[in-house]
Amino acid sequence: MAATQDTVDRIAEVSGAYKYGFVTDIESDKAPKGLNEDIIRFISAKKAEPEWMLAWRLKAYRHWLTMTEPSWQKVVYPPIDYQDAYYYAAPKSDDDRPKSLDEVDPELLRTYEKLGIPLKEQEMLAGVAVDAVFDSVSVATTYKKKLEQMGVIFCPISEAAQRFPELVQKYLGSVVPYSDNFFATLNSAVFTDGSFVYVPKGLRCPMELSTYFRINEQNTGQFERTLIIADEGSYVSYLEGCTAPQRDDNQLHAAVVELVAMDDAEIKYSTVQNWYPGDETGKGGIYNFVTKRGACRGRNSKIMWTQVETGSAVTWKYPSCILQGDNSSGEFYSVAITNNAQQADTGTKMIHIGKNTRSRIISKGISAGRADQTYRGLVKVMPKATGARNFTQCDSLLIGDRCGAHTVPYIENRCPSAQVEHEATTSRISEDQLFYCLQRGIPEEDAVALIVNGFCKEVLQTLPMEFAVEAQKLVGISLEGSVG
Amino acid sequence: MALLDIKELHATIDEDDGAKAILKGIDLTIRPGEVHAVMGPNGAGKSTLSNVIAGRPGYTVTQGSVTYDGADLLEMEADERARAGLFLAFQYPVEIPGVATATFLKTAINARRKAAGEPEIEALDFLKLMKSTSKRLGVPEDMLKRPVNVGFSGGEKKRVEVLQMAMLEPRLCVLDETDSGLDIDALKVVADGVNALRAPDRGMLVITHYQRLLDYIVPDVVHVLADGRIVKTGDKTLAQELEAKGYAEFTGAAA
Ligand SMILES: Nc1ncnc2c1ncn2[C@@H]1O[C@H](COP(=O)(O)OP(=O)(O)OP(=O)(O)O)[C@@H](O)[C@H]1O
Ligand SMILES: [Mg+2]
Repeated sequence: MAATQDTVDRIAEVSGAYKYGFVTDIESDKAPKGLNEDIIRFISAKKAEPEWMLAWRLKAYRHWLTMTEPSWQKVVYPPIDYQDAYYYAAPKSDDDRPKSLDEVDPELLRTYEKLGIPLKEQEMLAGVAVDAVFDSVSVATTYKKKLEQMGVIFCPISEAAQRFPELVQKYLGSVVPYSDNFFATLNSAVFTDGSFVYVPKGLRCPMELSTYFRINEQNTGQFERTLIIADEGSYVSYLEGCTAPQRDDNQLHAAVVELVAMDDAEIKYSTVQNWYPGDETGKGGIYNFVTKRGACRGRNSKIMWTQVETGSAVTWKYPSCILQGDNSSGEFYSVAITNNAQQADTGTKMIHIGKNTRSRIISKGISAGRADQTYRGLVKVMPKATGARNFTQCDSLLIGDRCGAHTVPYIENRCPSAQVEHEATTSRISEDQLFYCLQRGIPEEDAVALIVNGFCKEVLQTLPMEFAVEAQKLVGISLEGSVG
Repeated sequence: MALLDIKELHATIDEDDGAKAILKGIDLTIRPGEVHAVMGPNGAGKSTLSNVIAGRPGYTVTQGSVTYDGADLLEMEADERARAGLFLAFQYPVEIPGVATATFLKTAINARRKAAGEPEIEALDFLKLMKSTSKRLGVPEDMLKRPVNVGFSGGEKKRVEVLQMAMLEPRLCVLDETDSGLDIDALKVVADGVNALRAPDRGMLVITHYQRLLDYIVPDVVHVLADGRIVKTGDKTLAQELEAKGYAEFTGAAA
């Protein structure tokens, strides 16, 4: 969130001084624990959804009942009891929240400080009672108004379902079908909210769209659903997440993100995710099981995923591109950092269907402590994808000797004229590099941060400026205590 | 007070099958303003001496003391020593992929400032400093945008070492074979750069194999290091003598 402070400031400049306001209390009931059709009906009713959407959710739920949780990924976690969770809860009432930062875990505050997050934002991130907190609503409203004037739709998906039902119905589940995989299917049944974006034909959206500006988004973290459509010749850059560690009462997070790019359209989707990784043993950390997929439906369309993953106890995530349109291209840039007891199984899938489709994968994995990390990538070239090309570069950096890194590339090339290239390296921070930095007066932790940032540079530089600067700091902070 | 005072220094290199004695009793005193040259055959322990002074891991001091500006140097961490003004120009500078040389230098400068309780250097001031220093040392500015030492030629690496030294303004400069790898013109430029840093409160320890460097950087004292000991100390004429006669006399004595 702090990453977008610049944007906030910029918009505040445009719209005059910040206004302070109070958010209305959206007190509402909590559905009982457990998962069944009634709960799904309850969620759908709460969101005043159209009939078809409830039907879609129920279809997903019934399918989910027939599925078993995947176990092929290289992560280990205790079994999740899906009946022992809440699937709908109203935003927390102020009574349950800390009244001020004095009541917040000092460890968390220290990290905020290191990231240089302003006090007011710290309060917001730490979930201090809203009436004590700076209110972004007025800024966000101005921002949304500007977007609307240009014809860009950017709103909670629940709102979109009411205001633009035909758009939502046309595209929801068109990239990640309700039956896709265990977690995506669960999400389809019970998702509570998320973003909806539509960029009209020919428009280059001049502003970065950021989750920061979505109003009333508290408590959507668990089963978030995002749908972004870039119509012909349009461009949009979307930012998700924030560098500050986020805590959540819900341990399981199963989000779905669907992107659709039409002819000559381009979508750039950047994520900086720093969910609470748990304590040093991983206790209390978040399980992040995400399905992210983009369809390059049109000719010359382009989708670019950039992710910086430093949080969560367990991450399972493969942002992918389906390259349907001729000459379309998909790119995946990833930095994943695991420290202490964190586990991550992440990578991408590039499915080449159209002619002359291109894909590029740059993955930088950093493991420290006892952490374990796997890059799992699939490059699939269908018979008709003549002239398709892929380049994959997969680098792992190990810090210490108790961590692990694994690379699992799957290549399925069914087209003789296609070119698929894969390069992989594994290295360690060398003593010589460390000493060289120390000899210049750079303390050890800063030296590690510097070296690791250098290692990730190719990926970090694809992030929007304001995000990149914060992500660099985050890289350092995530590795604190990993040497010496 | 001496800037650097080494007494009876013995040090070993940690090896898998035990420790190997390299430094076998070094005595060396550098006062502010002095330039000392150390010469000696390959494998004599010159780099080891500079590494031990700089606090590189992998060595164990088994005997003796090193005092820097009145403080027990051996008690300080490598980065503390550096921030206290000790600079080592590496015989083999290390590559750091992805980290621009300019960024690296700025980080180093700010680390010092932070430790001294000063604010970070202004971007503009840093740029000016970098411009003037790189011009003086004949380093193209574009090179500082490249990652630290990555793809630099042998000579370029050495130049950039001296550039770093000039920008960090140390009190004790240790140059380990900074002349090797430099062409004749570069040698002169680099020597000029080093000479520009000669100052009444700054000391230098210049390790070299060649008299030629010492024609440019004229030392106050010349030492011969052989088999872990300083076997002879003299003035600049000692270097000329060595150039003519080689080390046979000392290696024979040491054997
Ligand atoms: N890491 C190491 N492991 C084992 N022996 C080492 C190691 N580093 C240095 N040595 C040995 O220590 C001795 C001294 O080495 P040092 O590098 O200090 O010599 P030098 O005087 O700098 O030589 P040169 O003039 O070739 O640079 C040599 O015999 C060398 O082989
Ligand atoms: Mg040497």
